[in-house]
Amino acid sequence: MKGRRLYLDGVSVVFDGFRALNNLALIVEPGELRAVIGPNGAGKTTMMDVITGKTRPTEGVVSFGDADLTRLDEAAIANLGIGRKFQKPTVFDALTVFENLELALKAPRGPLPCLRWALTGEAKSRIGATLREIGLEERAQDPAAILSHGQRQWLEIGMLLMQDPDLLLVDEPVAGMTDAETEHTARLLAGIAGRRSVVVVEHDLDFVRALNCRVTVLAEGSLLSEGSIDHVQKDERVIEVYLGR
Amino acid sequence: MKRILLLLLLLALALPARAQDAMIEALPGLGGGFGAQATAVERLGALGDPRALPVLRALADGRLLRGADGGLLIREGDQLLDAATGAAVPRPEAEPARININNRVRVALRGALGRLQIVSPDPAERLAAAEGVFRMRSAENLPLLEAALTREAVPRIRERLELALGASRLASEDLEAKRAGIAALGASASPEARAVLLEARAANAALLPEIEAAVAAIDRRLQLRQAAETLFQGLSLGSVLLLAALGLAVTFGVMGVINMAHGEFVMLGAYTTVVVQDLTRDIPWLAPWSLPLAVPAAFLVTALIGAAMERGLIRHLYGRPLETLLLTFGVGMMIQQAVRLTFGAQNREVISPAWMQGTLMLPGDIAVTQNRLWILAFSLVVLALVVAAIRFTRFGLEMRAVTQRRAIASSMGIRTGRVDALTFAFGSGIAGIAGVALSQIDNVSPNLGTGYIIDSFLVVVFGGVGSLAGTLIGAFSLGIINKVLEPWAGAVLAKVFVLVAVMIFIQRRPRGLFPQKGRAAEA
Amino acid sequence: MSVTALPGARASGLRIGLRAVLIGAVLVLAAMPVLNQLPQDHALHVSDFLVSVTGKWICYAILALSLDLAWGYAGILSLGHGAFFALGGYAMGMHLMRLIGPRGVYGHPVLPDFMVFLGYQELPWYWLGFDSFAFAMLMVLLVPGLVAFVLGWLCFRSRITGVYLSIITQAMTYALMLAFFRNDMGFGGNNGFTDFKELLGMPLSTTAARAALFYASLVALVGCYLLCRWITGTKYGRVLTAIRDAESRVRFLGYGVTRHKLFAFVLSAMMAGLAGALYVPQVGIINPSEFSPGNSIEAVVWVAVGGRGTLVGAVLGAFSVNGLKTWLTSTAPDLWLFVLGGLFVLVTLLLPRGLIGLVQGRGQGGPK
Ligand SMILES: Nc1ncnc2c1ncn2[C@@H]1O[C@H](COP(=O)(O)OP(=O)(O)OP(=O)(O)O)[C@@H](O)[C@H]1O
Ligand SMILES: [Mg+2]
Repeated sequence: MKGRRLYLDGVSVVFDGFRALNNLALIVEPGELRAVIGPNGAGKTTMMDVITGKTRPTEGVVSFGDADLTRLDEAAIANLGIGRKFQKPTVFDALTVFENLELALKAPRGPLPCLRWALTGEAKSRIGATLREIGLEERAQDPAAILSHGQRQWLEIGMLLMQDPDLLLVDEPVAGMTDAETEHTARLLAGIAGRRSVVVVEHDLDFVRALNCRVTVLAEGSLLSEGSIDHVQKDERVIEVYLGR
Repeated sequence: MKRILLLLLLLALALPARAQDAMIEALPGLGGGFGAQATAVERLGALGDPRALPVLRALADGRLLRGADGGLLIREGDQLLDAATGAAVPRPEAEPARININNRVRVALRGALGRLQIVSPDPAERLAAAEGVFRMRSAENLPLLEAALTREAVPRIRERLELALGASRLASEDLEAKRAGIAALGASASPEARAVLLEARAANAALLPEIEAAVAAIDRRLQLRQAAETLFQGLSLGSVLLLAALGLAVTFGVMGVINMAHGEFVMLGAYTTVVVQDLTRDIPWLAPWSLPLAVPAAFLVTALIGAAMERGLIRHLYGRPLETLLLTFGVGMMIQQAVRLTFGAQNREVISPAWMQGTLMLPGDIAVTQNRLWILAFSLVVLALVVAAIRFTRFGLEMRAVTQRRAIASSMGIRTGRVDALTFAFGSGIAGIAGVALSQIDNVSPNLGTGYIIDSFLVVVFGGVGSLAGTLIGAFSLGIINKVLEPWAGAVLAKVFVLVAVMIFIQRRPRGLFPQKGRAAEA
Repeated sequence: MSVTALPGARASGLRIGLRAVLIGAVLVLAAMPVLNQLPQDHALHVSDFLVSVTGKWICYAILALSLDLAWGYAGILSLGHGAFFALGGYAMGMHLMRLIGPRGVYGHPVLPDFMVFLGYQELPWYWLGFDSFAFAMLMVLLVPGLVAFVLGWLCFRSRITGVYLSIITQAMTYALMLAFFRNDMGFGGNNGFTDFKELLGMPLSTTAARAALFYASLVALVGCYLLCRWITGTKYGRVLTAIRDAESRVRFLGYGVTRHKLFAFVLSAMMAGLAGALYVPQVGIINPSEFSPGNSIEAVVWVAVGGRGTLVGAVLGAFSVNGLKTWLTSTAPDLWLFVLGGLFVLVTLLLPRGLIGLVQGRGQGGPK
């Protein structure tokens, strides 16, 4: 697969004088799995907002391969192959689980292709496979509105998978999940990495340890430390701002 | 400058003395034959001495008498006055004879009296005479005008006299006088002076450059005055928009509730004014105060209705703006129909108190209607009160707390329901107050409010939702833009242009002139 | 969204029953002009009044459908759909005016009466071509479509949504009303167009012409309904629903929200224009008051009362509210505005899913 790297350098985001991100640098290589941790308000979600075009950086470089992400809108960035799971799961309540996945399935996005769209056997089997993966086979025809919080999390992960992106940004995927589910998610994400790049934001350190990958620590909008989980857990500064509280 | 003043002073001292002498000299002619009478009348008319005025009037009315000694007397009621001095004289033994006139003298009298009014004690008469003389444009009036100018103290009349003098000089034969006339006319901002100058172009080819320059100078001044008037009209429209939008700035801007019945609250305020006026009509000492009384009354009425509406209906729809929009639209419709059935569909008359009527002349001939001026001031006062209420009162504090972080405010013991109701009542009450003011310049009819809702909304959105400063600036800039566009686009198209312009502006800055800050703005 | 075509077996007896009811309703409507031909004293005779008023309601139902597509599915609450209706009506009116030819009061061979009256020497350029039926029909769709395109493009691109969008659409129809009131616009000022003579060679006063217009409207209604049914059943329809409920989330899936909303809005405006074009020859007049914001908001009530997000609901709402209006304005005219206002309150507070919601009962998720 063509490898594109995510590249952030000197990125700052200022909200009315408040620096949510401050001269942040981050490089995620093609196929890499990366965990991002940091205390509340460290700017993790804001970083994802900047990558996906929701928030424009006040200054800095954000690129994916050779595409300048600061110049594209959300839809264009998504179509570049960057998928995102939100911290607060948002699915389409009026649609069924199946339809939610169908909407996310990689296919031409214009109005006319959507009008002409017909569910092929291949598409059906891909949706079926994902339904199995996220454990919602039984609920396929239920409206998403009646799912539990955990199930919505899974549905969002499923939608992310359907998009078939080259870079997955996953914001707190295991909040509201049981231990078994958390483990399942960790396996799922680790399995995806290698073929695609994955950036996971999570507070659950056991989960991060299970991912067994490079860890980036953010604090007050800046990069604090980077390395293996053992490395960062020994870092004095990290202990001070984050772990040692 | 000082030197000119000095010169004027000297002239003022010198001229009357000379004129008086001339008048005394001319007076006896009135007692002579018809030919002598006519000559004397014409002379007196040209002299511009105010003391000639009662004498000529007496002659015209047949009240000028000739005494036995040949002296002239005026009969004023039972009294006899000396024509030369105006002093009362004792009744002489021999009955004085009435002086008769013929048609020729009568014609001369009419002309002379017309001119002499220029020195009449009544300012209105003097102004009319000055204008008449201006229209005559004859060099013969020069001495008269010069005489009148030395006496005249009222600036407005002086201005007209200068113009008349300029026009008369332009009509004279002397080149230097013509130049002076052109300069005088060119120093004015009068369209009539401009017309005179344009007309004079044909006969004064030699002075063409001077005339053109004078016309250009007048044009500049006219444009300036035009601009000032447009500015005032714009400010006036802006104040109306501000009044109409202020209530909405509270309910929509601060609370985020879109109230489509807002215009109907304004209308209710106007009808409250009508009711208060009707109630106080027969109480003489109260009647003049009906308008100030209507302000609190309108606030109360609309605030109560607003509070009832919020508690009874709107609160069930918080967080669902589109439903709120439809609901309040329906309520507005019902209010409108209720008013129509109660008060009738036709316009109701609201009497303006005397102190609000009339027109004020600002320097430079800028006409300003009093009621517009009052409304402008009133709108600013209301704005100041709203700002004060939100900034400096306990209620304002709770209101801001509830609208910014409902849950936290509630957990701190603020009764959010009560604050919601009060805030909505407050906004509605302001709409009612606006209605009182608008009743002075708009037709009070059941659909008074319909036109205001879109305008108010545009103002609030244009200024920036949640910002009172934005509402202020938004209202006045929309008002001025509207009035600036009007002369070349017409009132209707100007409105259309403003609508389109605001729409395009919102494209560029979806949060308005003064965007609200922070995360709350994203909701 | 209540009944959409779904993979799997959720189609119920309700759906089949609904289809039968709909076909029945269309047949009843289709029979009306025929029954109108029966002798006056016949038990099944349908009065002229009822036929003509039903013809109007059919046009309103098309307008309601178009509004439902925009509001119920795409979440665009347009308070200016009456403007698209009126624009379509004006395009048709221009055609009808051109067809009057020399039969006007002033007998001018080309110029309509109002132009002769206002001293026009020749036809303004934007009146050219309207003598052709095909061209006029094209304009009936294109003009509202173009206005919707420009407005929608400006708004959707800058992500103006919710009440802001609603007010802007209302301002649009208000502005158009003011503009059309002007004589120098060349659209007849506040008198608008009237005294139409014929359409497609048929004198408009004949029963046959009225029946033809009735059937044309009915065919248009069925056609628009089927079109909307098809659209909302495709993936595009589900994208619209998704945009309605969580617009920004749809963007992160890679859908160009602006394009999708624009497509739906323009299509909807064209349908409204078609409705207006069918309406004008039936009522015989079009004037600027057709643009008044009140008309647009009434159309919103039809959809809300019937049940937005369900196509049947929109049609049902148009018929029932207008039926009520016709009845009330003849029996108790003072009451009508109270009832209309009350309907707004009732529907928003107590019946958010409209009459259809009552029929379907609870359980199925409607639009939020
Ligand atoms: N639109 C905004 N306006 C103002 N401040 C904002 C905005 N978005 C984020 N912030 C601020 O930026 C900071 C970083 O927020 P962010 O959501 O990125 O933190 P986070 O690391 O994801 O925290 P958490 O672990 O709680 O999810 C916070 O202090 C937040 O209040
Ligand atoms: Mg976060």
